[in-house]
Amino acid sequence: MSVTVVEGKNIARDYHVGGGLFRPSRTVHAVKGVSFSVDKGKTLAIVGESGCGKSTLARIITLIDPATSGELFIDGKKVDIARDGLSKEMRRKVQIVFQNPYGSLNPRQKIGDVLGEPLLINTDSTADERRDLAMKMLKKVGLGPEHYNRYPHMFSGGQRQRIAIARALMLNPSLLVLDEPVSALDLSVQAQVLNLLADLQDEFQLTYVFISHDLSVVRYIADDVMVMYFGEAVEYGSRDEVFADPKHSYTRTLFAATPRADVASIKARLAKKKAA
Amino acid sequence: MPLLEIKNLTVSFDTAAGPFMAVQGIDLSVEPREVLAIVGESGSGKSVAMLAVMGLLPNTATVRADRMAFDGIDLLKLGPSERRKIVGKDISMIFQEPVASLNPCFTVGFQIEEVLRFHMGMDRAQRRARAIELMQLVGIADPQERLGSFPHQMSGGQCQRVMIAIAIACNPKLLIADEPTTALDVTIQKQILDLLVGLQAKYGMGLIMITHNMGVVAETADRVIVQYKGRKMEEADVLSLFESPKSNYTRALLSALPENAVGDRLPTVSDMLFEPAPSVVAARSAGGTAS
Repeated sequence: MSVTVVEGKNIARDYHVGGGLFRPSRTVHAVKGVSFSVDKGKTLAIVGESGCGKSTLARIITLIDPATSGELFIDGKKVDIARDGLSKEMRRKVQIVFQNPYGSLNPRQKIGDVLGEPLLINTDSTADERRDLAMKMLKKVGLGPEHYNRYPHMFSGGQRQRIAIARALMLNPSLLVLDEPVSALDLSVQAQVLNLLADLQDEFQLTYVFISHDLSVVRYIADDVMVMYFGEAVEYGSRDEVFADPKHSYTRTLFAATPRADVASIKARLAKKKAA
Repeated sequence: MPLLEIKNLTVSFDTAAGPFMAVQGIDLSVEPREVLAIVGESGSGKSVAMLAVMGLLPNTATVRADRMAFDGIDLLKLGPSERRKIVGKDISMIFQEPVASLNPCFTVGFQIEEVLRFHMGMDRAQRRARAIELMQLVGIADPQERLGSFPHQMSGGQCQRVMIAIAIACNPKLLIADEPTTALDVTIQKQILDLLVGLQAKYGMGLIMITHNMGVVAETADRVIVQYKGRKMEEADVLSLFESPKSNYTRALLSALPENAVGDRLPTVSDMLFEPAPSVVAARSAGGTAS
């Protein structure tokens, strides 16, 4: 029996843009009524172009911003941070990894402190315990204890993303939101980070909400896929359904735009070029 | 005669820890009307090599080459002012971050017209007309209106179009695009790539495409150079590179593409790179000594 870790019903989010002297105020509907649910140990991928509301949705799921309307359930419990605020217990359940590993780590904080901080804020653990847990986590994500006392600038992009992932996992969350975690990384490093994410998912039975605009990555990692377009979920289904038979025209545009690196399509392109 | 010919290019940077070799002995040539892709991960020296051609490297860099010629002109012997007459006119470059490479203080119209004033010596009316023509060429709707826009008023894709307009303003013979679509969405990426390849074919430019995206290579290039840690690993035409990659590194790069994943794990470059090549193993087991 599968357990649903996160479920959203008709989630919407409006942003009010304040008017100026000569400009009336207006409302931007960033997310317009999106529903989804993810089971334990599964991955939901959210795909869409910039400005389609996918990061807004990620912030709502991570309990950073409240939804304007709609209901969000995490581990079966209804969460409304606009009304009840956020308890430490809820904060431990959901964590996020951001796109840019250069911007999401404090340059003046040592890696050990980066990893210890979630524990310091959310738990009553002692300094020794925090240190032990941080060391263990460093090994889990493929770094070593010698990295404990280093600063972020001493790491490459891929290593920094590992640190960001390690920090997100320090509190043993059940749900991890990954906001374009590999789009800033090179192809070879991207493969390493994707493998790491897959290993960690197996080990901790993690649930992922994976946000991306790269369909080849999505095809590799996702169980379910949601395609967003102007704040609406225009397509939602299992990976194989969506990739085999895209229903919405935007999904088809997206597939057509993804560069293909197979020999047949190169041959087709070269033949076309010769003819022209 | 090749449009751009580079022989044994070496670029080193003076650092506190001694000289750092970013590019080590690269040969490359681009024919007129050819699309050359240079592929490699960050730190492979692919951008640095092209910046050396443009003369845009900082003072800490030392550029050495046996030959570096553009269209028969020896770039190594040029003084800064002579080089400026070529760079931006006959060779131009597009960068990765379109929003960051435009000046936020001036309108895009001013920035397009600046090139025309400097290199072509056009008067105000001619510049205006050419700028509108260029904006139309790169597919910006409402060019008259948009010339007065500032970069922050445009989207990333539109800014990249403006960069392309600036780059092709003086009908360059060679266009260097340094990761032109990395910061953009897939749908916009497709539009920009189509635009670049379309313009290349229309005006018969040489195009150097620097990228780490194998998909972009497959969609645009005629010929490909694969670079790793400042060295050239492989050079081949695009079809044979994808069909039968010669070097281990290229093979590793291709298998790290998520769409080529077999089973649950993606092979990473480091998994494959440090296995010795079959030929080396064979030579050793046959009793041959390493030369």
